[in-house]
Amino acid sequence: MIMVELPAHLRTLAGVSGEVLLDLPADGHAAVTLGEALDALEARYPVLRGTMRDYGTGRRRAFVRFFACKEDLSHEPPDFALPEPVLSGSEPLLVVGAIAGG
Amino acid sequence: MTAVRVLVGTRKGAFVLTSDGKREKWDVTGPHFAGWEIYHVKGSPANPDRLYASQSTSWFGQQIQRSDDGGQTWQSAGNEFSYDGIPGTHQWYDGTPHPWEFARVWHLEPSLHDPDTVYAGVEDAGLFRSTNGGQSWKELSGLRNHDTGSQWQPGAGGMCLHTILLDPVHEGRMFAAISSAGAFRSDDAGESWRPVTKGLRSEFMPDPEAEIGHCVHRIAMHPARPDVLFMQKHWDVMRTDNAGETWHEISGDLPTDFGFPISVHAHEPDTDYVVPITSDSLHFPPDGRLRVYRSRTGGNLWEPLTAGLPQENCYVNVLRDAMDVDSVDECGIYFGTTGGRVYVSADAGDSWSAAVRDLPSVLSVEVQTLS
Repeated sequence: MIMVELPAHLRTLAGVSGEVLLDLPADGHAAVTLGEALDALEARYPVLRGTMRDYGTGRRRAFVRFFACKEDLSHEPPDFALPEPVLSGSEPLLVVGAIAGG
Repeated sequence: MTAVRVLVGTRKGAFVLTSDGKREKWDVTGPHFAGWEIYHVKGSPANPDRLYASQSTSWFGQQIQRSDDGGQTWQSAGNEFSYDGIPGTHQWYDGTPHPWEFARVWHLEPSLHDPDTVYAGVEDAGLFRSTNGGQSWKELSGLRNHDTGSQWQPGAGGMCLHTILLDPVHEGRMFAAISSAGAFRSDDAGESWRPVTKGLRSEFMPDPEAEIGHCVHRIAMHPARPDVLFMQKHWDVMRTDNAGETWHEISGDLPTDFGFPISVHAHEPDTDYVVPITSDSLHFPPDGRLRVYRSRTGGNLWEPLTAGLPQENCYVNVLRDAMDVDSVDECGIYFGTTGGRVYVSADAGDSWSAAVRDLPSVLSVEVQTLS
């Protein structure tokens, strides 16, 4: 089970009040990539499509960042394997709105 | 019993203001979509309870919201705005090529006849249409793919398609305006377009009378006389009497002809309204006095309307989509300021009062007259 923490605006948009639990890794798989986690998140909440990654290119939006286990995963490729504490659900995958004023 | 509903988009959410036909007391609901920029909210002429809202932030991109009960509840609609084909480049501020990139929806224009059909004007400039209530969007790429597209440049606010006018008389005719490309007309329901800028003059361009590059801020039409259009340009207030074939200046005795919004009285096609702003570098009213100017002669002769508006120390702006009229017998005029006030005149501009104060900076004001 993977735990995802969304920023406030995306929680409101998705209609969730706390962390999102994703049923990953899928049966028969030991690893989960960053891209797979985001795919699963968007599949659960289609309203989040386009909010973290651009349509078409799939690139991370400029003001969105991904953190986990005190590491910045924002610049990792989609096939980056999430660390074990995230896979076990003991550490969250953080989706963060970059600090940019406003 | 007539009622009025005012749809207000702000930097930090949407607000809905309602009143009876007297337009003296206002109920305010909101913020809807708190914390998000709401560039525009507009209702369907065919079903006034069907509203569309453009919700965005630089962080999380674009959302489209839809209401079927006049703004009491909302549902997320489709938010995929993909340009048709490989979009290529337009010009950047310095004239160098810059890739076309979707940023946000500036303006939503519901069809005059079908509540499920709605047009979206976007930044970087493009025109999209949905025929399923906003669930999916398809670009009308004949506009962006016009031969001149690679010459279009952004205005200070970005390269936005901010005005969409649907002609209620001539089947298939519509107008679009882009900062800073100019005004365009289609006669085949948006499939193909041509610039309609003859007569416009912009001194900031190398060739001031070039076909492309004019920073049109807003165009207004009276539905009973759609061949006549009024335009507030970066500088100059302009008018056409032949659906954009030629324009002539009607700035006349305005204290300054820079500004953003322009509106037409609901029952008097030759009465129009502007809010003069000091200059392109000073986006606030001249002398700190907030004055709406009204022309009852279709331009050139303008009178200041000041009763109830601040006449000292006022340094707000009124943005291009932030002015509208109702169609009550005594036409009401409405505008919102970057200082967060929405002013209402229930007597065609003779006197004003604030329907609400201290909202976030107002981006858009649309008025629905309900019976």
